[in-house]
Amino acid sequence: MATKHRRKSSHKGKSVPAPHFLVHSPKDNVGVIVVENLSAGTQMLGVITETDKTIALEAKESIPIGHKVALKSLKNGDTVIKYGEDIGKMIADVATGKHVHVQNLKTKRW
Amino acid sequence: MPAKPQSKHSRAKSNLSFRGWRRQNGRVGVRNHVIVLPLDDLSNAACEAVANNVKGTLALPHAYGRLQFGADLDLHFRTLIGTGCNPNVAAVVVIGIEDGWTKRVVDGIAKSGKPVVGFGIEGHGDIATIAMASHKAKDFLQWASELEREECDIAELWVSTKCGESDTTTGLASCPTVGNMYDKLVPKGIYGCFGETSEITGAEHIARNRAINNKIGDKWMKTFQAYQAEVIEAHKVDDLSESQPTKGNIAGGLTTIEEKALGNLEKIGRKCRYIDVLEPAQTPGAGPGLYYMDTSSAAAECVTLMAAGGYVVHTFPTGQGNIIGNPIVPVIKISGNPKTVRTMAEHIDLDVSGILRRELTLETAGDALIEMVIRTANGRLTAAEALGHREFVMTKLYRSA
Repeated sequence: MATKHRRKSSHKGKSVPAPHFLVHSPKDNVGVIVVENLSAGTQMLGVITETDKTIALEAKESIPIGHKVALKSLKNGDTVIKYGEDIGKMIADVATGKHVHVQNLKTKRW
Repeated sequence: MPAKPQSKHSRAKSNLSFRGWRRQNGRVGVRNHVIVLPLDDLSNAACEAVANNVKGTLALPHAYGRLQFGADLDLHFRTLIGTGCNPNVAAVVVIGIEDGWTKRVVDGIAKSGKPVVGFGIEGHGDIATIAMASHKAKDFLQWASELEREECDIAELWVSTKCGESDTTTGLASCPTVGNMYDKLVPKGIYGCFGETSEITGAEHIARNRAINNKIGDKWMKTFQAYQAEVIEAHKVDDLSESQPTKGNIAGGLTTIEEKALGNLEKIGRKCRYIDVLEPAQTPGAGPGLYYMDTSSAAAECVTLMAAGGYVVHTFPTGQGNIIGNPIVPVIKISGNPKTVRTMAEHIDLDVSGILRRELTLETAGDALIEMVIRTANGRLTAAEALGHREFVMTKLYRSA
């Protein structure tokens, strides 16, 4: 049952390398890491799922699978956009390629 | 025993079909359980003894049923009666501490036309009650064992959904796979259902706009706002971190409720619109289509309510690996997280992690889920069924009197 990360994949008939991260919408300022054991310094390939457009980005720290990476530098108070929608506000600055999670992002609700 | 019911669908309407059991009220089930249903917590022991005596029957122990009142009591009865009426159930033995409320459950289930009988423990004691109930349970079980499946159109299938231990992969892969299934099957005439009221916080503008019209959208918003006011705001002591999102959600990379809600709503696809808003455990009454049910986001509570509403197959996307099942409804686990698929393989029915690698399109994943739903309806045991997951959890609205 083991599923191994493959460097080559076929999507919609095209042969493209498997991405390191995915982005829902072109409006998003964060992406989601979709590979295990990503290390700092990795030259990453990203895909915006809505448009199939690819993005290149260097990982500035190791980020676990499923966790978010900043696509641009974000300042304390900035709104974080994912799915093209508001998912909360930054409570600390973060540089491009760094990890965005509970240490620097918080809900605007509740 | 009741006469064989007639099919309302003499001809298949689509090219998709499954083999199920047609019940007396015309609804079709995909399992053939004889259940031993306790009215209250006190009757669990007798029900479990009956299920031990009569192999193949299923006791559904739960924690409540005493001194409840008002809307909470109504929900208790609606959940028990709805569970008994579910077409995955062939026949029911009800046991309660006394005859009055026991009869109320029996009478409610009897309206479905299926065999049902009740026993009150007071005046007899556990041992005599267990003996009487075991005789009836054995009759029901042997009768049910000769019922046969028949070919049914996919339109006769009621499929609910709820996700659990979500992470960012659920919003990317497993939830939109369910959405793709609904986009394809709702137009074929199935009944669908989604819920999890608190877990739409941050995406309520999207949820409201997915209603069939403004009136239903307003009805949904009223339900959402009531949950916020009466449940969340009335009882919260912090920002709900580690509860909503859960500790598991956070470990999986989800940071805020808004982010979780947007992933959650991927389950309703791109095209279909919900046609009504149901109370917890309420049976849909507006014909085929997608429904919203007001539920908690806790997996077992939500699936129990949807099963009581009459849904016979449940699709359950998970990221970090929620292992929930239900005693009467097969719960199909779908995961797009390659780590979970590898480390918890025995819990996953459908692996859609290829979506993350861009090897698998949502279209193909949706088709694979439809195939798994039909195989499950035809009798394939889900991972949760094979592993004995039978979480039957009543929703309690407030403290008993």
